[in-house]
Amino acid sequence: MATRPPSHSPARRAWARFRRNRLGYWSLLAFCTMAVLSLFAEVVSNDRPLVVRYEGSYYFPLVRDYPETTFGGDFLTATDYLDPFIRERLAQDGNWAIFPLNRYGPKTLNYFAANPNPSAPTSENWLGTDDRGRDLLAQLIYGFRVSVFFALALTVTGVAIGVLAGALQGFFGGKTDLAFQRFIEIWGAMPELYLLIIFSAIFAPSLALLLVLLSLFGWMGLSDYVRAEFLRNRQLDYVRAARALGVGNWQIIVRHILPNSLTPVVTFLPFRMSGAILALTSLDFLGLGVPPGTPSLGELLAQGKNNIDAWWISLSTFAVLVMTLLLLTFMGDALRDALDPRKVDHVPAPETKA
Amino acid sequence: MTALLEVRDLRVAFGGTDVVKGIDFSIANGEKLALVGESGSGKTVTALSLLGLATNAHCRGSARFTGNEGSVDLLALPEPELRTIRGRDIAMIFQEPMTALNPLFPVGNQIAEVLQLKQGLDKDACAKAVVELLASTGISEPARRAQAFPHQLSGGQRQRAMIAMALACKPKLLLADEPTTALDVTVRAQILGLLADLQREYGMAVLMITHDLNLVRKFADRVAVMENGRLVEHGTVQAVFASPQHAYTRKLIDSRPKRDVAEAGPDVTADAAPLLQARDVSVAYPVPIPGLRGWLRKGAFVAVKGVTFTITPGRTLGVIGESGSGKSTLALAALGLQPYSGELQVTGQPWGRGKASDKALRRILQVVFQDPFSSLSPRMTVEEIVGEGLLVHQASMSRSERQQRVLQALAEVGLQEQQFPNLLSRYPHEFSGGQRQRLAVARALIVEPSLLVLDEPTSALDVTIQQQVLRLLQTLQRERQLSYLLITHDVDVIRAMAHDVLVMKDGEVVESGSVAQVLDAPQHPYTQALVASVA
Repeated sequence: MATRPPSHSPARRAWARFRRNRLGYWSLLAFCTMAVLSLFAEVVSNDRPLVVRYEGSYYFPLVRDYPETTFGGDFLTATDYLDPFIRERLAQDGNWAIFPLNRYGPKTLNYFAANPNPSAPTSENWLGTDDRGRDLLAQLIYGFRVSVFFALALTVTGVAIGVLAGALQGFFGGKTDLAFQRFIEIWGAMPELYLLIIFSAIFAPSLALLLVLLSLFGWMGLSDYVRAEFLRNRQLDYVRAARALGVGNWQIIVRHILPNSLTPVVTFLPFRMSGAILALTSLDFLGLGVPPGTPSLGELLAQGKNNIDAWWISLSTFAVLVMTLLLLTFMGDALRDALDPRKVDHVPAPETKA
Repeated sequence: MTALLEVRDLRVAFGGTDVVKGIDFSIANGEKLALVGESGSGKTVTALSLLGLATNAHCRGSARFTGNEGSVDLLALPEPELRTIRGRDIAMIFQEPMTALNPLFPVGNQIAEVLQLKQGLDKDACAKAVVELLASTGISEPARRAQAFPHQLSGGQRQRAMIAMALACKPKLLLADEPTTALDVTVRAQILGLLADLQREYGMAVLMITHDLNLVRKFADRVAVMENGRLVEHGTVQAVFASPQHAYTRKLIDSRPKRDVAEAGPDVTADAAPLLQARDVSVAYPVPIPGLRGWLRKGAFVAVKGVTFTITPGRTLGVIGESGSGKSTLALAALGLQPYSGELQVTGQPWGRGKASDKALRRILQVVFQDPFSSLSPRMTVEEIVGEGLLVHQASMSRSERQQRVLQALAEVGLQEQQFPNLLSRYPHEFSGGQRQRLAVARALIVEPSLLVLDEPTSALDVTIQQQVLRLLQTLQRERQLSYLLITHDVDVIRAMAHDVLVMKDGEVVESGSVAQVLDAPQHPYTQALVASVA
């Protein structure tokens, strides 16, 4: 064998197969771009300028609050940069200000709007405003960020708990498995939604509380798959060989079985994320979710329902939601194909006679 | 006389690569042709493509089949017409009857389905015909077996049911794809005899696909040898076996394992301290008891019953038996991986005296498993797989030193960096079955054990590769004074490797002694049947 392709780990080959699915690959790129952009939402959509040059000095309202008096106003309160008076001052000779692309933050009320709230899309508010006069585009950007990163956190905690529980169950089997399985059945029978309602009545609603509550119930579906994989893998010969070498239980779990049991976990990741986004959205829609004032897609949907004639609210929120879920589903499909062991590589593995 | 099946320049390609590269052969009415080759030679694909069952394959050439309704080209036939030919004119039986039969239906129903579809029989006639068919394949109590589900039958019975199904419409040609490979050796002879009887009775032609030359010699009229998608030799069985023309055929015929082990003198064996000593070892598995009683306690299935043996340095103890005879369970017990009762001592130490003591014993006793695909973790590199033993037993070793030792061990089993660039960072999928088995041997050797447990080390390999691996094991034994506990179902392997033999049946040792004693003058009827099955 004079030439041979470089050695590829199974993970590398799966990635190559994933890239071959164009829809999934572009969905991943698009989704990552959107997520990273939303991380910089303060720079993209905000009610303060990024940099202000006023009478010879520089100001950075993005990181510091300046009282209105700084720019020739009358009050010591924080400057409202949408105020026509302030705008006028900043537009004077030698003064300038760089505003973000969209001049509204998620909580900014547009007091100076020409139309009553909710306002249809105008040149000022590109997607219109909601019934409290907040800019819809800004809310969507910030709401998307909250949804995606909440879903990411929920997925990570769910996967961590699920993998750990499934691994212990599957590896030790027998009585451990039996006890855990009964516990899961009891735990899974608890009415999740009622618990959420009860807890949101007792504690002040917050994202962290939601994360904890949803994590407590979100791991069970996954642990079943990991358990099944462990049950299958632990009796394979390579695990027996490792035991015969004297490798410890923990090492066998981490080094031998876990890497070979993660296929269902990875396959389900995008679907779990879209599930988490949907869960948060529906809780917000019901008013059980994030604290009031937090930008959220579910709350926007509820507004859309309450203001059915303000089509721009429901339509744009719906579009963002569909787009996000669709991208995640495409990614999930591609991932499932990439990890399917029955799919063969186009590049055949080099075979030589022993 | 025109040929029943005339295959001309058959080429089968999968995704652009030719698997079958232009083969010609013909089968006359009532003829038995054997298609011989190793795995990957394209013999199964050839048979599947004749029936249009090779999925995603691109077939060219012609396969002219002369049935009752004149002559047709099977490869050019549209699917609906091909479907009428399948089962009625050409039937097929597969290697693994467990997966070829639907587990959710009684076998009788599955045979009846063929009769209904192809002959349009009504229900009562079907039921009667099914029982007759099953009876003709020699299944005892055919009326009762027709109601049985596949898992309730033994391997031999399942294969008989498969044959009954294939013969339901009295086909003119039977394609038999390794029909006996998945069966125990003593059952193989029976199934082969049955096929020969039925072939004579029905006057059908048989295309037998196999890798087993013994079987060819016993069964076939003519033989065609395939290598890498080409027919390299073709002729009557007598002619080919008497004077093989092609080098590959000679290699195949010559691939019976050869004995090349140091016959240790009696003085060495008598005095040497035993490496592994088993006295009255039994292993029982818990099994569920049906009914209410099963809620509270489990029954016990005794897989190994009171086995006693001794292995001394440099010698091989062969354990032979059929599947389910408890021989692999015995191996696991010897490795301390399976709870047992009785006495088992490795260099005088029993298992289960605490972690440190067990760890020391593991260094003495290592294992090589049967399946080279499941015995290596697909997500670990060669360095990680082979070096793992050093991580456990010599944790203080530096990485570069460990790499050196891994390369050394690999060189010892015949895997060199020159032959495989970046050997250490490769993954198992880049190696063939025989190479993987060498990796498994290297993994065991790196901790410098005195005794290797070989659990069917060559059963999953092709015959020529099997010979190479056995030769490697023989060399290692001579160089390192290794002892082997060799578990196998193959009399030839025992004959080539073992000094002493245990014959196991249903968990019990039915015969034991030196290899010459047991194999040349078997006492127990079961041993006699075993030895006769390969003669």
